[in-house]
Amino acid sequence: MDRTFAVAIGGAAGQGVATPGDIFAKIFARRGLHINAYNAYQSIIRGGHTFLTIRAGIEEVTSFGDRIDLLIPLNQDSMDRHLGLMKAGSAVVYNGDSIKPGVRTHGAQLCPLPVNELSKGSRSKVEQNTLALAASLQMMNVDFEPLAEILTQQFMRKGAKVVTENLDIARAGYDYAAATFQPFASPLPMRDTQYAVLSGNIALAMGGAAAGVKFYCAYPMSPATGVLHWMAAHAREAGIVVRQVEDEIGVINMAIGAAHAGVRAMCATSGGGFALMTEGLGMSAMMETPVVVIDVQRAGPSTGVPTKTEQGDLWQMLGAGFGDFPKLIAAPTDILDCFKLVPEMHNLADRFQCPGIILGDLLLSEGRSSVDPVQLSFDTKIDRAELIVYADPNNGSNGYERYKITESGISPRAIPGVPGHMHTASTDEHDENGVLISDEFTNPVKRRAMMEKRQRKVAGIEAAVLPPVLIGSSTADVTLVGWGSTKGVIREAVEILNEEGISANQLQVRWLVPLHGEAIVDILKSSKHTIIVENNYSGQFARYLRSETSYVPNGHIRKYDGEPFMPHHLVEAVKEQLAGKAKLSVPMHEIMV
Amino acid sequence: MATVLEPAKLTLTDFKGKVDPDWCPGCGDFGVLSSLQKVFAEMNVQPHNVVTVSGIGCSSNLPGFINTYGMHTLHGRALAVATGVKMANHNLHVVVTGGDGDGFGIGGNHFIHTMRRNVDLLYIVMDNQIYGLTTGQTSPTSRKGMKTKSMPYGNVEEPINPITLALAAGATFVARGYSAEPKHLMDLIKQGMVHKGFSFIDVFSPCVTYNHDNTYAWFKERVRKLEDDPSYDSSDWHEATKRALLWGDEIPIGKFFQRTDLPSLDQADPVLEHGGPLAHRQLRIAPEVVRSFVSELM
Repeated sequence: MDRTFAVAIGGAAGQGVATPGDIFAKIFARRGLHINAYNAYQSIIRGGHTFLTIRAGIEEVTSFGDRIDLLIPLNQDSMDRHLGLMKAGSAVVYNGDSIKPGVRTHGAQLCPLPVNELSKGSRSKVEQNTLALAASLQMMNVDFEPLAEILTQQFMRKGAKVVTENLDIARAGYDYAAATFQPFASPLPMRDTQYAVLSGNIALAMGGAAAGVKFYCAYPMSPATGVLHWMAAHAREAGIVVRQVEDEIGVINMAIGAAHAGVRAMCATSGGGFALMTEGLGMSAMMETPVVVIDVQRAGPSTGVPTKTEQGDLWQMLGAGFGDFPKLIAAPTDILDCFKLVPEMHNLADRFQCPGIILGDLLLSEGRSSVDPVQLSFDTKIDRAELIVYADPNNGSNGYERYKITESGISPRAIPGVPGHMHTASTDEHDENGVLISDEFTNPVKRRAMMEKRQRKVAGIEAAVLPPVLIGSSTADVTLVGWGSTKGVIREAVEILNEEGISANQLQVRWLVPLHGEAIVDILKSSKHTIIVENNYSGQFARYLRSETSYVPNGHIRKYDGEPFMPHHLVEAVKEQLAGKAKLSVPMHEIMV
Repeated sequence: MATVLEPAKLTLTDFKGKVDPDWCPGCGDFGVLSSLQKVFAEMNVQPHNVVTVSGIGCSSNLPGFINTYGMHTLHGRALAVATGVKMANHNLHVVVTGGDGDGFGIGGNHFIHTMRRNVDLLYIVMDNQIYGLTTGQTSPTSRKGMKTKSMPYGNVEEPINPITLALAAGATFVARGYSAEPKHLMDLIKQGMVHKGFSFIDVFSPCVTYNHDNTYAWFKERVRKLEDDPSYDSSDWHEATKRALLWGDEIPIGKFFQRTDLPSLDQADPVLEHGGPLAHRQLRIAPEVVRSFVSELM
């Protein structure tokens, strides 16, 4: 991943970091470059510090990287925080009228823009952003036309006058940079292909639409709210009923009600909201009504750090709901996988009539990635399995039993409205007909039979999901084990280690339940040195793997400061551990965001 | 020309559940169950087109005792589940049954929001002013001073008034019945079934085992039917609120309030305007719509 170029924009919330960020991302993706973007921000609407990194490359870009090539500080605070990190060959483009460089840099080119002079006559409050954007693109050897095109699209709604005003400002910045600043030494080549720019939340929502979800409900909670926003904005075209509910207890119960009546239903939340949903999760399992719940992890416990990432909810997912019941848990490994996993989860939840949990995190949900639009196909398989939607006119009820004891544990599910198939779906233990056996009629033989019927699904679930596979050479010096969203950064760290002469490979776990622990241990047994990488304090995955298999790795790399891993964090930690200096590394996040 | 056959007239037996109720002899809930079954039969609603949803509690066992589709959900959550059912298939009759603890205590939040959304449900609360299944604790409607296992020196809290609460939360059909007045109750249930929107009927349903204050004898002396007062206008919200506040020697039962000018949630949702119930729609989204979703990202 050496041919990459990273732009970082820093400013206070409300200063307009997002718009130039989106424009950079679109310009790169429209010109055939891959991107990966991550926005570090706080739970504040105005003020604070927001730092958006957009990294472009000619190959797939799997993390936001270690290096910033171009810094655009929109205020003095951003300049002060980040200038010291800028290396030789990089540049800093800023409003020279209001921002002063502080710490001397190591060869970074300082590019002050005379904003008042260049934007004379403009009343636009964000002229410094447009000027910086245009100047930067000029230095990257991007033509003016693609910028003009995007600005025109952006301001069209505000009328021709605003478009012209913005184009004039952009032109002034572009020409000023051409006359004044040094262009970047090796700008990225542009190509004919075009990529879509996708966030994890949009990917999850579109994955739901592709899966045939017809009912979506939620209570707003960062960092999962983006799923609700996409669903609400596209509800009419997609034919999805979208409801905002009074709390997450209501959310999951409403979703299960809709699923029981026959639709595919989904909801998304973060750790706190999920905690409220857990009783409902058990109801889904007991009534054998499938529901798909997305938990987008943020830093906990409790309200925690609402706008920061973590992989700290694993044990909550594993233990969610009291009693024993089958469930599915998977963690998407990148932004495109957020889209792919949702229909897969719905198919399995429908087939096994149990709850399915998708365990994402802020890094994916609010991160951006370029995706080949061909990958966003809605022709994915939709398999509703044993669902009875219409009565067989020749057979009537045919002795229908909703909770019929079967070898697979799966009983055909009739939805309300089908003549002759009336039954009660109950959260109390019940017999094959749905009749309660929990109170007056308690019957240990029946209770055992029903428990075993539901638990027999576990074998089917294990067979339906493939175990993870090792990526890279099987004889490597070190194996990095990760789960979910760490796939991209581990992949880049493995590349760097291999380039530096330390052979490394990767085992990335996507399915947590079923885990396929034996297959994982088989792989790890032949590894020379194993390190489990995770974004939490206690090594939740390491503890889970140990509890399921007794396996103990050689070392751990963990991070719980709210920010994701950067590739160099892993590289340095691996070196430290291979040198025998540590068994647990907790890298320090150097960028103060 | 095909002959359309009228379905055979249904009877109470068609709505008899797989098992008999396990309520204590004399429980008010029997009257509510049979009133409901009789109304279903009289209205000739097909059992498979009804979903009876409950939470948890003595009265919440009702779905098991009636032959319709049933859901016996979590304590307090019946209204949320029922809203999901109705939105997924708005052609179904969705009836929610439960008790005062289930609906006004643990389920209080859903109660308020389901009313303001005007979800097209019939919600019958069998209000016995006590927790029965947990063997006799104070409920949100227990009278002040009432001695129970959880408040042995007497309830120090003011009870909830479910009728004024419903009126304030924007319910479009608000009534109170009494299980020992089955004809009157059946009439309210019938009106609630027909009402397009949220229909709430709080039914006095005496607990013969744990509530020795609010007995059949106690209610008999006090209940007065609003329908017996020809001057009463149930479209007048302010008058309804005044009557709802009456409690003591005279307690009004009957239809307090109804308005029919507001759309129910399924009528208000643009996605449900055309195309029939969600549960029977195509799962695939049209290719041109998918293309527009992807092009937004380009």
